[in-house]
Amino acid sequence: MEQNIFQIIWFILWGVLWAVYFTLDGFDFGLGMLLPFIAKNDVDRRVIYNAAGPFWDGNEVWLITAGGATFAAFPKTYAVMFSALYTPLLLILFALILRGVAFEFRAKEESPVWKGIWDLCLVVGSFLPALLFGVAFANFFQGLPIDWQGIMHGNTLSLLNPYGLLGGLLFVMMFIVHGALWLTIKSNGALKRRAKKVAESFWVIEMLLVIIFLVATGFFTDLWVNFFRYKWLLIIPALALLGFVAIPGFLAYGSYWKAWFSSALAILMTTAFGVAGLFPRLIPSSLNPDWSLTIYNSSSSPLTLKIMTAVALIFVPIVILYQCWTYKTFSEKVKPEFLETEEAY
Amino acid sequence: MLDVVLLSRLQFAVASLFHFLFVPLTLGLSILTAIFETLYVKTGDEDYLRAAKFWGKLFLINFALGVVTGITLEFQFGTNWSKYSMYVGDIFGSLLAIEATLAFFLESTFIAVWHFGWNRLSPKLHALSIWLVAIASNISALWILLANGWMQHPVGYTIRNGRAELTNFLEVVTNPFGWMEFMHTVSGAYILAGFFVLGISAWHLRRKREVTFFKKCFKVAAVWTLVFALFEVFNGHLHGSEVAKAQPTKLAAMESLWETKQGAPMYLLVIPDEEHERNKLELFPIPGMLSLLAYHDPGATVKGLKEWPEEERPPVALTFWSFRLMVGLGFLFAALSLWVFWKRNNPEEAPWLLRILPWVIPLPYLACELGWMVAEVGRQPWIVYGLMKTSKAVSPIAPAQVGISLLAFILVYTLLGLVDFYLLFKFARKGPSAKKTLAAPSSINA
Repeated sequence: MEQNIFQIIWFILWGVLWAVYFTLDGFDFGLGMLLPFIAKNDVDRRVIYNAAGPFWDGNEVWLITAGGATFAAFPKTYAVMFSALYTPLLLILFALILRGVAFEFRAKEESPVWKGIWDLCLVVGSFLPALLFGVAFANFFQGLPIDWQGIMHGNTLSLLNPYGLLGGLLFVMMFIVHGALWLTIKSNGALKRRAKKVAESFWVIEMLLVIIFLVATGFFTDLWVNFFRYKWLLIIPALALLGFVAIPGFLAYGSYWKAWFSSALAILMTTAFGVAGLFPRLIPSSLNPDWSLTIYNSSSSPLTLKIMTAVALIFVPIVILYQCWTYKTFSEKVKPEFLETEEAY
Repeated sequence: MLDVVLLSRLQFAVASLFHFLFVPLTLGLSILTAIFETLYVKTGDEDYLRAAKFWGKLFLINFALGVVTGITLEFQFGTNWSKYSMYVGDIFGSLLAIEATLAFFLESTFIAVWHFGWNRLSPKLHALSIWLVAIASNISALWILLANGWMQHPVGYTIRNGRAELTNFLEVVTNPFGWMEFMHTVSGAYILAGFFVLGISAWHLRRKREVTFFKKCFKVAAVWTLVFALFEVFNGHLHGSEVAKAQPTKLAAMESLWETKQGAPMYLLVIPDEEHERNKLELFPIPGMLSLLAYHDPGATVKGLKEWPEEERPPVALTFWSFRLMVGLGFLFAALSLWVFWKRNNPEEAPWLLRILPWVIPLPYLACELGWMVAEVGRQPWIVYGLMKTSKAVSPIAPAQVGISLLAFILVYTLLGLVDFYLLFKFARKGPSAKKTLAAPSSINA
């Protein structure tokens, strides 16, 4: 197939969609994972649910769009990515189903057993996707054992290799810190102090994992090659590190929003780092570099890409605009009075 | 021996039929809730505000499962139907992506705005947010059905580079088959939502609870249901003649017509006998009726199933019975909606109607599911009609993988479905909140 500029545009958009998804749903996952460790009573738990309340659903759509964009722009990659990762992907889907209904159902009955069940769904439904997305993307970075037809040679357990697990742990840790920072913004009093403490102490592990990940990436993958070929790309990992490093500084000064934005920058740029390192591949083959799925051998027709570019350039900015408005409208803390209303989770 | 194709088909059937237990109510009740809230903004009548809150609460319980089960459907094309995805992703994938970008974002963002925004937005802006949800969910249906319409009747493509590639986007988005499906599906959804509101209102009216409140709800839903129940009969017929044009094998299976006939009659009572390629029973013929309905000409020739080799025919009995039952239910809804409309101002004086209506609630659900059975089973053995066989479309995955996930789907979906319907029951029976505990939008300063 001929090469065209739209393939590159869609590669960038593909990366942006996943990066935004991880950044946004990342804090929801973090909140969910923190629930059993940071909440001392039912009020705390409800604050955590409602801290994600107006946002989680809109955040999740970035995943649908990232998936849909993969399907539309790179159908062959979509087909291989989702069928090769059949089991982990279905686990993610089930987890997301349980998480979603946990939000909606938990407050609908008073019984502690009922609430306990949905709390468990929220925790598992947040932890599993965080871990498995990390594992999946780390495996993309190092390449999947796919043959020339895109058939995977290996099973689900082979994804749980050291680098894959490292990616999973990194995602879990990034999201825990990200969620804890969100909670410092949305809560008050003792809960806020605990959230701050969690953010501070988990940040140390997060930082450690980031450094190990960046170094391990040099050993297990060839992502760094692109960065040494095009030196200006180094701005991406530099910004990621800047974001990570800035978190404790802002926290110490009580600038919680800035700390959260630093964490957001770090997650965005960490994803961007992986994606930029893949270029022009979407899923490298670990069996033979010629079998890798690239933007050139897996893209849609130029006509489809053109139409999709027009759709994305018009509508994605509009989406960003109204989602920003939502974040602004619901930017204040979760107040105890709000928990009294019938619409609270 | 269960193979990947069959298991994947079963899984898709479970996932989509389950998803569609929640979609129609979302499509219809979002608009009805928006209408109630608009009536409140226009008239200041607090009952309409309570109606928006009451039906909105049921809407949210239903919406949660609709959303989360929809994600599964999008990703199943990749997990289970990867060859299909590679072959038609150029067209089909873009329709799904457009749906997410245009509609799903809007719907999911503003449902949260509506849910959490009672005390933060002006009444007008708050009503606008539920209208955005309603519009977005219906636009979403349009793109999904254009995508399905393309599988039913592929247009605007050419075979190039070993796959179907888009040549004419306009043709794809104006595909008459897709638009017919859209009108037929959303009208069905509106009927379902209408009988949902009528049934629950009737249940309370019969018990003399919140009579003024539920009479108002009843009246709005009565007009609404009549409009769409009648429209559905009309567009169902149009949809049928579109099927006759585009998918002759499906039409023949819907009518269990084995032999090609000129001036084909319609038998009111038919029992198909698939094994012997005939009907066990054919009674009460209306001469020329099938030809008339299908081609608007009582003398037209309708092709029978025997025109095609057996491996190109859909399962006949399943398609036939699903279609018959759906059509029968459609006429029942039209009749009931006339009765309801007649009693719209004084439903409390029609005890039999009030007694029947709660039991009618499940019937439109059944009709919607049957409609999908006709659409999807009747399209077999094709995944894209005339272009790609379902058996050639599956992923290179192991039967065990699909077997396990299918069991997981059945288990998780059954449990969640039970919980969801339990909650719908619970809050439907509870009725609206009492007047004084209720906060109007912006009555509390945030």
